[in-house]
Amino acid sequence: MDATTNTPVPTRRNFFKETLAAALGMVVAVIPGLAGLAVFLDPLRRQGAAGGRLIRVAAIGAIPADGTPAKFAVVADKTDAWNKFTETPVGAVYLRRVGADKIVALNVVCPHAGCFVSLQKSGKDFLCPCHDSRFELDGRVTSPSSPSPRGLDSLEVEIRKDEIWVHFQNFQPGKREKVPVG
Amino acid sequence: MKSLLNWLDHRTGFRKLAREVLYENIPGGARWRYVWGSTLTFTLFVQFVTGVVLWMAYAPSAQTAWESVFYIQHEMWGGWFLRGLHHYTAQAMTVLLVLHLMQVVIDGAYKAPREVNYWFGVILLFLVLGLSLTGYLLPWDQKGFWATNVATSIAAITPVVGPGVQKLIVGGPDYGHHTLTRFFALHAGVLPALIIALLAGHIYLFRRHGITPKEPRRKPDAAFWPDQVLMDAVACLAVMATILFLVIRNHGADLGAPADPSEPYSAARPEWYFLFLFQFLKYFPADTEIVGAMIIPGILTGVVMIMPFIGRWKLGHRFNLGVLFGMIAGASLLTYLALAGDAKNPEYQEAVKLATREAARVKKLAGSLSGIPATGAVSLLRSDPLTRGPKLFARHCASCHRHGGGDGMGNPVTDPISAPDLGGFASREWIGGMLDPERISSLHYLGGTKFKAGKMVRFVKRDIANYDEGQKESLRKVILALSAEANLPGQRAVEKLDATLIMEGRNLLKSEAMRCTECHSFGKPNEDATAPDLTGYGSRQWLIELISDPSHVRFYGSRNDRMPSFGQDKILDRQSLELLADWLRNDYYQP
Repeated sequence: MDATTNTPVPTRRNFFKETLAAALGMVVAVIPGLAGLAVFLDPLRRQGAAGGRLIRVAAIGAIPADGTPAKFAVVADKTDAWNKFTETPVGAVYLRRVGADKIVALNVVCPHAGCFVSLQKSGKDFLCPCHDSRFELDGRVTSPSSPSPRGLDSLEVEIRKDEIWVHFQNFQPGKREKVPVG
Repeated sequence: MKSLLNWLDHRTGFRKLAREVLYENIPGGARWRYVWGSTLTFTLFVQFVTGVVLWMAYAPSAQTAWESVFYIQHEMWGGWFLRGLHHYTAQAMTVLLVLHLMQVVIDGAYKAPREVNYWFGVILLFLVLGLSLTGYLLPWDQKGFWATNVATSIAAITPVVGPGVQKLIVGGPDYGHHTLTRFFALHAGVLPALIIALLAGHIYLFRRHGITPKEPRRKPDAAFWPDQVLMDAVACLAVMATILFLVIRNHGADLGAPADPSEPYSAARPEWYFLFLFQFLKYFPADTEIVGAMIIPGILTGVVMIMPFIGRWKLGHRFNLGVLFGMIAGASLLTYLALAGDAKNPEYQEAVKLATREAARVKKLAGSLSGIPATGAVSLLRSDPLTRGPKLFARHCASCHRHGGGDGMGNPVTDPISAPDLGGFASREWIGGMLDPERISSLHYLGGTKFKAGKMVRFVKRDIANYDEGQKESLRKVILALSAEANLPGQRAVEKLDATLIMEGRNLLKSEAMRCTECHSFGKPNEDATAPDLTGYGSRQWLIELISDPSHVRFYGSRNDRMPSFGQDKILDRQSLELLADWLRNDYYQP
């Protein structure tokens, strides 16, 4: 370490030079950083496929008359960065008949952590396979000890000429209130 | 705060480290000639920052590489700027590496005891060139694809192991997904890791031996901070300013049309700093490429590596300088020859023009509402009539026909015109010209064919030429009606407005007065027809069938004048016929 042992520690500091050197160093380092930050933050301005669109899901005849919920894929156009897919599954719903021409829809996404719930073999309630949240057929949480903060998210249904249309929307998991995902 | 820093210093010793970094002794004080190493470290930093973010958006596979780069370039916030920074900083790095090497050799900084550090530097130079080579392929555009193809083919001429080495680099016998995954792993993983390791060693050894002072020393010794740091910062700022200028002037880095292994790109050139090697290979006839591609570059690299030993003698140092400047001059000359050769090579210019056009076109298609299909952007071009149509026309049709006076690609044709010019075929304008006594027998219409003195020409020149005003009015309606048969996308709007005139024209077409149906069929089959069917004239189906088999009785039958049956004789496949017909009808995506 011959060259560094006799390091002259400056006696008089030159604040102008020091500030300028530091400032210039900062400027040149910040340029690539900002360019990278912009691209890094780009996902914040993107919209999801399920933005509260009215989507035809099934024919009314396909829903069991006895009030057993039936699961249907929600098919819509989807943009995945540079690819645009037409008619591709973007989610799923349980449809249940509660009257002659009255249908209710539940989003299959568990409001706890986003897993897909499934109808139990008994046909009496829904179970989330991840953390065992249980829901009644109408979507209410079965027991207060269930991890899910709210019941299954119900979706608005319209019936047009025997076709079931659903206002499809995902909601943020982990919250007591239904907050749409943008 | 102070006690916290004391605690941290006790546990890490950062103050000593900072002192060593900042107060390194510079014998003879700060000088501008010492800035090159710092500018290189800075550019490397820029590449890491920009590279990592590009990595977050890049998808290495044959169907997604170009597409993801397109998305970065045209859809993401500041993506073009980020990619431009990465691209031009890479170029700046190569220039700075040469400058750094020159400064080291000129100042004799490679001599004992700094030989090992010098070798680290030379290896770093090659690693950075490796980054350039691998990075050039990643956008998977035509120029990167075909230029890299040349580089990996050269690897295959290595004796004995060549073919195996090539397969390992390419990730298989052909370019594809694994070429990209391998190049990307090299580019973003292996090479940067090696560079970091070697650079750490390089800087450690540099600090161990200290800077090589340039004699005579003009000033007393000084510390690195702040004088040399300020100079380094100003140099980095100058480098960044140059890069920014290039990025903004060129609006980021270029992105060509997506790689298409079925469409060789004859203007593919490596990045400009590899041009000298590219040019050098031209001077080695078959079976001697290895001399130009490996033996001579290998010997020169060897000489560069043993320069520290040659440089022990005064004469040896001069020899080193001579070799270095000779190499730079030689590379510059070869680069100039390559550029000058391309500048006056019309085929190269043609290929570049076409590539630019296709790149612009594919970006329009990719930006359309339907986006890029999962099969990749290359399928957009392959199924685009505006891209494929002119090529098919130039190859199969332009020896007799013309399109707007040229071969469809915008080039003049040397063969004499012997069939109609199909630019604007079946449009009102075009049909109007066909029924114009002044024009029908011109080369633009039937003048070059055996029909130039046929029944149609006689009819137009004798009958139509003598039409009175009323008949001329009827003829205009017939023209509208016949053109409407084609259902051209460009005329749909006006045809909606002219619906009644077209209806009248259709009835006139069928009438005996207009005499069309004496030879042509229209609306219903006519067994006595001797001329092409006018039902659906110029429509997609009609055109495909005509090109497919002009000798069919529906068209020219046995009177057909030299036109091949492109579909019937399997000269063109179904898709090519469709592309040709769509292009002739101007039926393609227009933004």
